[in-house]
Amino acid sequence: MKRRTFTSLVAGMSLAASMMGTSAMAQDNMRIALVVKALGIGFFEAAAEGAEEAAAELGNVEIIYTGPTDTTAEGQIEVINSLIAQGVDAIAISANDPDAVAPALQRAMQRGITVISWDSGVAEEGRMMHLNPSSTELIGNTILRLAADHMPDGGDVAFLSASATATNQNAWIAAAEEALPNFPGINIVATVYGDDLSDKSYREAQGLMASYPDLQAIIAPTTVGILAACQAVSDAGRIGEINVTGLGLPSEMAGCVESGATRSFAIWNPIDLGYSAAMIAHALASGEATAEPGAEIPMGRMGSVTLDDATTAAMSDPFTYDASNVADFADIF
Amino acid sequence: MSRHVLMSREVLLSGAILVLLALIASRFPAFITPANLANVFNDTAPLILLAIGQMIVILTRCIDLSVAANLALTGMVVAMINVALPGLPVPVIIACAIGIGALLGMFNGILVWKLEIPPIVVTLGTMTIFRGTIFLLSDGQWVNSHELSDPFKAFPRAEFLGLPVMSWITIAAVLFFSLVMSRTTLGRAFYAAGGNPHAATYAGIDVGKTQFWAFTISGALAGLTGYLWVSRFAVAFVDLAGGFELNVVAACVIGGVAIMGGIGTVAGAMLGALFLGIIGNALPVVDISPFWQLAISGAAIIIAVALNTQANRTKGRIILKRAEHAS
Repeated sequence: MKRRTFTSLVAGMSLAASMMGTSAMAQDNMRIALVVKALGIGFFEAAAEGAEEAAAELGNVEIIYTGPTDTTAEGQIEVINSLIAQGVDAIAISANDPDAVAPALQRAMQRGITVISWDSGVAEEGRMMHLNPSSTELIGNTILRLAADHMPDGGDVAFLSASATATNQNAWIAAAEEALPNFPGINIVATVYGDDLSDKSYREAQGLMASYPDLQAIIAPTTVGILAACQAVSDAGRIGEINVTGLGLPSEMAGCVESGATRSFAIWNPIDLGYSAAMIAHALASGEATAEPGAEIPMGRMGSVTLDDATTAAMSDPFTYDASNVADFADIF
Repeated sequence: MSRHVLMSREVLLSGAILVLLALIASRFPAFITPANLANVFNDTAPLILLAIGQMIVILTRCIDLSVAANLALTGMVVAMINVALPGLPVPVIIACAIGIGALLGMFNGILVWKLEIPPIVVTLGTMTIFRGTIFLLSDGQWVNSHELSDPFKAFPRAEFLGLPVMSWITIAAVLFFSLVMSRTTLGRAFYAAGGNPHAATYAGIDVGKTQFWAFTISGALAGLTGYLWVSRFAVAFVDLAGGFELNVVAACVIGGVAIMGGIGTVAGAMLGALFLGIIGNALPVVDISPFWQLAISGAAIIIAVALNTQANRTKGRIILKRAEHAS
């Protein structure tokens, strides 16, 4: 009920805003909608900043930054429907569910709207191409390496994921499990789900510490989860015994790195990701490039990407942050 | 009569909690160590605090769906106050939290009292307004642990006689509101206004005003919990405690609070919250698939509600039979 009233309100407001926008602005402005998993998440705010940067560089492009207020597929579908009604030129989406949003996006494509997915993908029939922030294999390998780097004698690690149905988190964890043979002595003992809620993630982290007394690292490839796990480890007085690592934002993780609960963590640069998504959406919507296997799509200062057979592409490698550089990046995103 | 039902209700729930603990202990013995049980109580503290407020609101035939949003808004405001004025002592922060929460609750109360809008509509609206306000205030940004001052984060964790302060606050609230509900005019007015509004009006109780105070108390408790929550998890963001209002209502329902008003106790609400808290804390350690976890939590709620309606139904029949015999 909350979700429904919320998103229809947001959709209503954005519809009203866009109506005002079109009357005030030149008609040939290209409008690219950046649809995110939920509003109010630092990572996506930073991506929106990158998209604005791309818009400024391209000129004549207007970015509509929108999304539901909680991470649900239903909320995104309502947002997509309102964007179709507004007749935007392109939709670049980070999906909460790969399949649930696909029919709505297909309707958008039938209406001539360019649809790409970025960060968290959409099923192949629901988008023209997908931009991965990095390749799934690289991320899986990276998060496991972050833990293994500080475990010279090997030992037990556990994963704290977002929801059990989250597209990207679970793909990364699967990739990490595949990369396991490269890290002799490391055991993955469990994968638990905190649903991206602070209290549930905290409880799951406590549960991991209770169930596996020899646990040496908790790997949380989600920003809410890594913070909650870091707090749970600090509160249990086990800083130094258990290293909390995974994917997080420098501004949010600065405290954890400072307290020592986290030795290092990784993330790709969300500003670059938003920038690249906007650049690709613009290139496809303007006909500069077409989304087909083998095609090369330019993305401004980030170079270009080449699409594979499933029309997906990887932007760049994740970047590792630790005590030496986290403070510099904390001010940026 | 109803007193008897209530007593058995709480005894029944205590029994269910003990059975639950025994079941968990058979799979994970370390769960029932005193230290872990203290942890579970501390983890459930926010739910207990909110359930007390919600119980009072439900007693007056209302419902407060805005508690979690109130918690998140107050939490965000006090976190931002702390960032702006790091030197402000924690007691002042707590007073601010209770004050802001109470004001937000009064806003609900005024709408229900003076404009006579159905409470479910009012609080559904204010829930959205509160969440939206957080977004406007914070601009979508998070307040993170390194921005919060150390005393702000340390207060609920500070140990006093073996338990963290957060647990003591909850125990104090349970005792205080048990007294208020049973020993004060206002406390009895909550029962009267919900049990039989017409009779309450004839007895000189202003039903609307009583509902206003119920919302104010619920708001104040949500505000207090807002500070405790942000301090405990050391982070404030828009979606804080998203969907938590449903857990709070569930705790009340499990605790034997009648959704039609007039029946319920502070102890029941606390036991209902503990029941959910124990399930929430035990599921991660007993190694059950996350898909089952949701189903189990849901089943517990349905069973509790089924028991509730069952209990009320038999009560009704007995009264009718007696009435028949009398006539």
